[in-house]
Amino acid sequence: MFSVRIHGRGGQGAVTAAEMLSVAAFDEGRHAQAFPTFGSERTGAPVVSFCRIDDRPIRLREPITQPDALIVQDPTLLHQVNLFAGLRPDGYLLVNTSRTLDELGLAELVSRLTPSHAVAVPATELAREHLGRPLPNAALLGGFAALTGQVSLESVADAIRARFAGAVGEGNVRAAEAAYAHVHEVRRTVDA
Amino acid sequence: MLEQIEGSQAVAKAVTLCRPEVIAAYPISPQTHIVESLSDRVRTGELAGCEYMMVESEFGAMSACIGASAAGARTYTATSSQGLLFMAEALFNASGLGLPIVMTVANRAIGAPINIWNDHSDSMAMRDSGWIQLFAESNQEAVDLHIQAYRLAEALSVPVMVCMDGFVLTHAFERVDLPEQAQVDAFLPGFVPQQALDPDDPVTIGAMVGPEAFAEVKYLMHAKQMSALDEIPVIARDFAETFGRDSGGLVRPYRTDDAETIVVSLGSVLGTIEDVVDKMRDEGRTVGVLGIGCFRPWPLDEVRAALAGARRVVVVEKAFAVGAGGIVGQNVRDALRGLPVEVYDVVAGLGGRPITRASLRQVFDQVLAGEVDPRRMHFLDLDVDLVQRELERSRRGGRPGPHAENMLRDIGTVASGAYE
Repeated sequence: MFSVRIHGRGGQGAVTAAEMLSVAAFDEGRHAQAFPTFGSERTGAPVVSFCRIDDRPIRLREPITQPDALIVQDPTLLHQVNLFAGLRPDGYLLVNTSRTLDELGLAELVSRLTPSHAVAVPATELAREHLGRPLPNAALLGGFAALTGQVSLESVADAIRARFAGAVGEGNVRAAEAAYAHVHEVRRTVDA
Repeated sequence: MLEQIEGSQAVAKAVTLCRPEVIAAYPISPQTHIVESLSDRVRTGELAGCEYMMVESEFGAMSACIGASAAGARTYTATSSQGLLFMAEALFNASGLGLPIVMTVANRAIGAPINIWNDHSDSMAMRDSGWIQLFAESNQEAVDLHIQAYRLAEALSVPVMVCMDGFVLTHAFERVDLPEQAQVDAFLPGFVPQQALDPDDPVTIGAMVGPEAFAEVKYLMHAKQMSALDEIPVIARDFAETFGRDSGGLVRPYRTDDAETIVVSLGSVLGTIEDVVDKMRDEGRTVGVLGIGCFRPWPLDEVRAALAGARRVVVVEKAFAVGAGGIVGQNVRDALRGLPVEVYDVVAGLGGRPITRASLRQVFDQVLAGEVDPRRMHFLDLDVDLVQRELERSRRGGRPGPHAENMLRDIGTVASGAYE
């Protein structure tokens, strides 16, 4: 079982991202379960969503407290929410920022993770460029595919297109492709 | 066809496949996605021959369902929480009149304090309303139970409530095998009402009945609901033959053979419990699970047979009777009358508190170690210190103020439901 926790703010698409990720895994013949934390949704308020991926049916319904991967859609949450609770030492961290993880003050956390497992990706900028709107969720899924290999970029693209028709879907797919390339390149550099 | 789909959308699709002719509903979280989706399907014509009535309240919704069903239409509605309570009077009328309405209850807590999250307080409050109550363990089962519910309701002319955990199931995306229309049509014949209001052949439905026959009408109502205990397994078998998978039924035993300890529960928490039980089995503990698929009518014989060989039974339930104890627990004790089986009531997941493997494991270990008093209800993960601090404040004299607000202030919550 591979568990993903996504932290964002209301309006950034954290819930939609978890749902699309589950659709991408499903397209590859795997079992997946996506669910949000539930509350009175408000734009800008901290939001958490979850996705489990497995090769067998998933019966477990508890929230994910020890994720294999963490996606942070909004770095301003760093000072507001205990984002990294339960992240496993061999887990993955993907942060949406145009700065470096060091600049965000995450050097100590990153030093406890496998070097190629913690990556920053400027998903909001990529979304602005390719979609024309600052919505980072689809781009981050492209980055997630490159970071973890749990789903392919093709499945992510299919899941995005299934959710968003026409130009919005295509813009999101391009942003996801760009984020995939970015993360792929960062990891190649770290590994070298 | 296999789809990765939100629970509410899957249920809306299943209801569509059942070809209801009247849907009367009022939105309330976490049920809203279901009726929104159905209103879309009526508007686009995907659900043809159906009138969607946007009514002014849940009381209006159930009243419209009663009228439509009495006129011979296959009828559907959905609600949650306070919405179900607002229907209460009409619920008893629907069952008393023997109208085969099918309703989804997306289970949610009951206020006060106001709380929009999942537990079973709503359905349990209406457990004696004369409706059959089926509980879904997964979104696949929620889909399958709706199709079975119409067969059952119309075979016996009784209303059926399909209970599914709000948010936990309604808002979860997971794999669901959605049946084909032809399969559903073959399994669920057109509705032939046992009574119908027809201007060309006028009858009265809902006459006043005095002491001379009231008990007899109620007796028949009880007998008819009890006959569902025979009908439900037959329908589940037919369903398995038509659709190729097991769904529904009265009770579902999991690894109960040779089990000294059996955990009884219902709804979506069963999967988490099964994961815990597998782990305990790996460690050599003889533990099993009994899932209750049908809570009303209460399958007393089946529960007794499934639990008779156990030494201990732990009932995990998401509601309780204030001032009395566990609700499912009381029913389980009734089923085990005269047998040397100790029954433990564990109330869990109230108002949306997650039920985790760790907490379940802890309480099961405590039961096995003899550390839990079977005569007292056990609240899983209760913050005892928080309760004690509030009691302390109340003892200081003066005007202590409202408990709920005091306790929120105590734990420093600024936005209820925020992460952790």
